[in-house]
Amino acid sequence: MEAFYEWFRQFYESTGWNLVFMYDEYERDRLLAAVWVTIKLSISCLIFSLIVGVVGAWAQGAKSAIVRNGVYWYIQAFRNTPPLVQILFFYFVIGNLLPTYDAGGYREQYIGAFGWAVVSLSFFAGAFNVEIFRSGIEAVPTATVEAAEALGYSRLKAYIYIVMPLAFRVSLPALNNNLVNLVKTTTLAYVIAVPEMMYTANQMWSDNVNVPEMMIVLFIYYVGLVAILVYFMHRWERSMKIPGYGG
Amino acid sequence: MFKKLLATVATLALALTFGIQAASAGGNDRLMKVLERGKIVIGVKADYKPWGFRDSSGKLVGMEIDMARDVADALGVELELVPVQSSNRMQFVQQGKIDMMIATMSDKADRRKVVGIVDPNYYTSGTNVLASKKTGLKKWEDLKGKPVCGKQGAFYNKGVSQKYGAKIVAFVGNAEAKQALKDGRCVAWVYDDSSIMADLASGDWDDYEMPMVTEDDTPWGLAVPVEERDKLFGRFMAGMTYEWHSSGRLIELEKKWGIQPTAYLSDMHERMKAYAPK
Repeated sequence: MEAFYEWFRQFYESTGWNLVFMYDEYERDRLLAAVWVTIKLSISCLIFSLIVGVVGAWAQGAKSAIVRNGVYWYIQAFRNTPPLVQILFFYFVIGNLLPTYDAGGYREQYIGAFGWAVVSLSFFAGAFNVEIFRSGIEAVPTATVEAAEALGYSRLKAYIYIVMPLAFRVSLPALNNNLVNLVKTTTLAYVIAVPEMMYTANQMWSDNVNVPEMMIVLFIYYVGLVAILVYFMHRWERSMKIPGYGG
Repeated sequence: MFKKLLATVATLALALTFGIQAASAGGNDRLMKVLERGKIVIGVKADYKPWGFRDSSGKLVGMEIDMARDVADALGVELELVPVQSSNRMQFVQQGKIDMMIATMSDKADRRKVVGIVDPNYYTSGTNVLASKKTGLKKWEDLKGKPVCGKQGAFYNKGVSQKYGAKIVAFVGNAEAKQALKDGRCVAWVYDDSSIMADLASGDWDDYEMPMVTEDDTPWGLAVPVEERDKLFGRFMAGMTYEWHSSGRLIELEKKWGIQPTAYLSDMHERMKAYAPK
């Protein structure tokens, strides 16, 4: 294994291509940690943004005008502001309003930088998910909903057992797009010092002056990460297909 | 025909070389000009408290401005100060907009090719941290396992985390990093010590201190035009710098401007004093 790593040092000396994370243990650990942080961040945001989307889409059709208005303003607020601004706002403004505890010389937040990245990105992508699910819900024929009511389903039960399963299938292609975007948007977490790929690559190319090499690594990493997500989303889409329904 | 052409070219080249040498009159143009017009134009910082900044009346003041005044006094000429930026200071010297500069510039090999940096250096700066007095940090090892704010891309981030085990939390800009320090998200902010001193001098950081021994010291250089480094001007400034060190003038100025005493200045004072008459 050591010989394998050493080969990259020689590769650097002979070609000038500095893949420093291959032969320098400190840099390698740092990069692997970053790979993992980005995956964790992406998965957390995917899950929470889906929850926000499903709950929000249901609340959009609520009887209470307050709930409906709440969802409306939530979507306006999160769709009309850049995600970068949202992350900074959550971290520096909301974060400072919350209680902290003393962790030995510094104040530790109950929600750290990673937590705030998950919260802000989930709400950001969630706002779009609400609208995506709404489009799916509106595609479910009124007759189907009325039939469910006639069979004695409450609004919530009809939403869970009849409307959502159908709406979900219609929404999947658009959802797919939004989730791919979400994974790419996780790079913005670097502004609040979440040690994900972008942050770490930046520090590595500053320390080793190997900007092109690290850019290529970043590029390949995100192409791969998104490809995996798209692969699973497509499989999911196929497995949920109802013959004769939708595309 | 060819021979004739070659001879002409050679004569022309010779004439040009000697011509230029004759015109440059010993290469002391800039200093001669300063003496002729009775005024020296020195580039200084206007935004780097306490080295060079504007006081409440808008006048340029600071440690480097005092040094500039010493230079003018020694030459017996008037002093004109021109505020410069880090990005344009070397060009200003090259183009003759300023005769020389004392502008918080780090002495680097590539810069020595562009401007005439004079030995010895008059100051050094390195890496240190800004931390709340309440935190009670004493040495670099105290940072082990604790979050330390920094700026993304700074070269010492890696050293501080590798050598002392600090968890570097690096932000895009200094403003965010300082805000995070104020919010208590990290025990300290790691940065250039001269800039930290400038913050401490600004009065906004009264409950904070710079507790560590500075690391990675980089010397600062004042500069004359590169052609005149080894001529009168450069030699004169070398003498000025020697005098500043040996007489303790720089230490005195450091005190005057509320800058934390640096080991470099006291070392240089001790070394240079040995050559001064008792």
